[in-house]
Amino acid sequence: MSLQARTAAADVVIVGAGIMGAMCAYELASRGLSILVIDNGTGGATGAGMGHLVVMDDNPAELALSRYSIALWNTLRKRLPEACAYRNCGTLWLAANDEECGLAEAKQARLVEYGAQSEWISASALRQLEPMLRPDLAGALKVFDDGILYAPATARWLLHQQDGRITVQEGDVTRVEGNRLCLSEGGWLTAPAILLANGLGAFRLLPDVPLRPKKGHLLITDRYPACINHQLVELGYAASAHADDGTSVAFNVQPRPTGQLLIGSSRQFDTLDKRVEFDVLGRMLMRAQDYLPGLGELNAIRGWTGFRVATPDGLPLLGQHPDQPGLWLALGHEGLGVTTASGSARLIAAQLLGEAPPFDPAPFRTERFVGVASHTPGAAA
Amino acid sequence: MKNHKTLSCDIAIVGAGPAGLAAARAASVSQRSIAVIDDNPLPGGQIWRDGPQVSQLAMAKDYRRVLSLPTVRYLPGTRIVASLAAGALLLEDAQTSYRLDYEQLILCCGAQELLLPFPGWTLPGVTGAGALQALIKSGASVAGERVLIAGSGPLLLASAATARAAGALVSGVYEQTDRYQLINFGVGLLRWPGKLAQAFKLFSTRYRWRSHVIEAMGDRRLEAVRIRQGDAEAVIACDRLACGFGLVPNTVLAQHLGCSLEDNAVAVDRYQQTSQTGIYAAGECTGVGGSELALVEGEVAGLAATGKVEQAQALFTHRAYWQRFARHVKEHFGLRPEIRRLARVDTLICRCEDVALSVLAEEQGWNAAKLQSRCGMGACQGRICGSIARELFGWSLPEPRVPLVPARIETLMACSEKDMS
Repeated sequence: MSLQARTAAADVVIVGAGIMGAMCAYELASRGLSILVIDNGTGGATGAGMGHLVVMDDNPAELALSRYSIALWNTLRKRLPEACAYRNCGTLWLAANDEECGLAEAKQARLVEYGAQSEWISASALRQLEPMLRPDLAGALKVFDDGILYAPATARWLLHQQDGRITVQEGDVTRVEGNRLCLSEGGWLTAPAILLANGLGAFRLLPDVPLRPKKGHLLITDRYPACINHQLVELGYAASAHADDGTSVAFNVQPRPTGQLLIGSSRQFDTLDKRVEFDVLGRMLMRAQDYLPGLGELNAIRGWTGFRVATPDGLPLLGQHPDQPGLWLALGHEGLGVTTASGSARLIAAQLLGEAPPFDPAPFRTERFVGVASHTPGAAA
Repeated sequence: MKNHKTLSCDIAIVGAGPAGLAAARAASVSQRSIAVIDDNPLPGGQIWRDGPQVSQLAMAKDYRRVLSLPTVRYLPGTRIVASLAAGALLLEDAQTSYRLDYEQLILCCGAQELLLPFPGWTLPGVTGAGALQALIKSGASVAGERVLIAGSGPLLLASAATARAAGALVSGVYEQTDRYQLINFGVGLLRWPGKLAQAFKLFSTRYRWRSHVIEAMGDRRLEAVRIRQGDAEAVIACDRLACGFGLVPNTVLAQHLGCSLEDNAVAVDRYQQTSQTGIYAAGECTGVGGSELALVEGEVAGLAATGKVEQAQALFTHRAYWQRFARHVKEHFGLRPEIRRLARVDTLICRCEDVALSVLAEEQGWNAAKLQSRCGMGACQGRICGSIARELFGWSLPEPRVPLVPARIETLMACSEKDMS
């Protein structure tokens, strides 16, 4: 089919060339549609994040989306060139005590339900697997299908697939109205469908969408090959990730293919200040050293910050704007955008083309927080 | 934290080269407390670099005496990791990290050599021209080695003289600028007789103009260099090649502190104050001009920072004299266009991350290049390849990120200790 109207810029115009926009372009172009991707070149969460592909299970909707997404990445990963730096390193969810062993057990039960393979690693086996970790940990849950990749290169690779049906253009979108948008150089573009996948940039275009930035710090070390072999995350991570206020830190370390360690994580609300805050960075590093006692001796070479864009319930907005026909949203993926790009793009494509959805789309519907109806009491329930 | 200390001073001076020492000396008269932070183990900066194979000038020794005054705390071998907040720097040396609180700051961060890529420039045996001097001064033996010096600027002759004095066989000094420019430069030096005398002293019969390196050749290390001289080419066997294309101001810390740049150097007013109140800058980081200019600028900064405005004003004429010299050098050693085209598609631009020219040439700017190719993401933080990209592609310098230099994670943790206890 062709959705293309005579004056349209493309079948679908996507705003944002990060991992979400790129994956949506890839998915829609694979169905034969022509795609124009517009990006202002300022960079966002794709360049700032860790690139951890991880099944998250804090609620059934998140688990369904992330599990489905990981399965899609697993079919795609064989085609990714080395620049994308994909590694199937798995995630080790670290249990510090008996209580966290209980959390691990419950996590494993939930993962099994969705077909995600995992295995309990005993304390002694963990010491063998990751000798840099402190020796008194109670054990870990290993999730096998999880991995890592370098998201900026992956986004670019995706945009170069599909036989030239994807065009990327630099431009700054200043307004959107249904299926048309205005560029700062002047002039309106019209297309059968416009998709916003521009993360933080959506604030300016849709001020009534309740998106909240959560600032994060990351730090990367010099090269220390093979001292860590899995993505290491504390089981208390979810508690930090879902705190509603204040500043929190959690242990989350990734082995880059270069031999560098990428160290996270921190969360702060309602700031758009890009500067590294030494107080927060210091707390994050102390948390990391708590798990990796030798960390203090290693050299850091670069620290930076980024912003996760979150909706009030932590789930992304995936679908058509309820009051603006032709305007589609793929926003609010918080810290999970790289993982869920594949599943989100598949759901957007299915909805846009009237196919059966690959999983229940209800938890992600835009009506939760967008449009007139969402502002009436009880609508978002 | 075990090895963390808090220090404070009235005036913090970054760099113990001529500008930093002159600033410290001028400021010390006011009996204010001063801290001098320098990343070298010994004072003197690049030009007065101390080491086993150096006999210091009397003037350099004299200036160094300021470091032993009771009001001056000298922190050698100490790197600046970041600015923690207005008036506070995070530092580390080999053992300890420090928080240094200051009232006023004088940046005398110097310059770094401009290296431009040509095929083979990453072979062992190839260094910068200034880097060869530094190597020799810190004790490297070059006796009996065949050394070739190339690039541009007065530093080439100084480097050749250092190498010869250390027993090297300097087989040639190849300057890219042409004869007309060199003659004008020489004639112009009549206005700075001291510099003219220095040029005579350093001049070598092996000096060649309108000549440059095309390629460094060798299997695992340098064996020969292909040189273009005028319209002719020649291959010259050698053990070392020292090739530098002049100096570029070191502006990383100033940028990090929010100081404005002008013409790729730290912008300062008549009193050497930067765009940030209370932060001064002097010497090569405000524009390359040599040690004489650095000394007078450092003195002005030291006086201005301690409120001695009239004494600072009295130096303006002398400073202008050396500023004209700086312009004179700059005008006659501009790079010819072919110097920027020496690299081939497979020549590495970023040595830390092995990024070749062909990869960068496809990118639109530094940010995209960094994100896609990892250029500048290695331990040198883009200091070398950032300057190269600016020369080759006209990209603006990367925004500095913390830590400004590789730093122990322990040092970065020390900053929030108070909040945790």
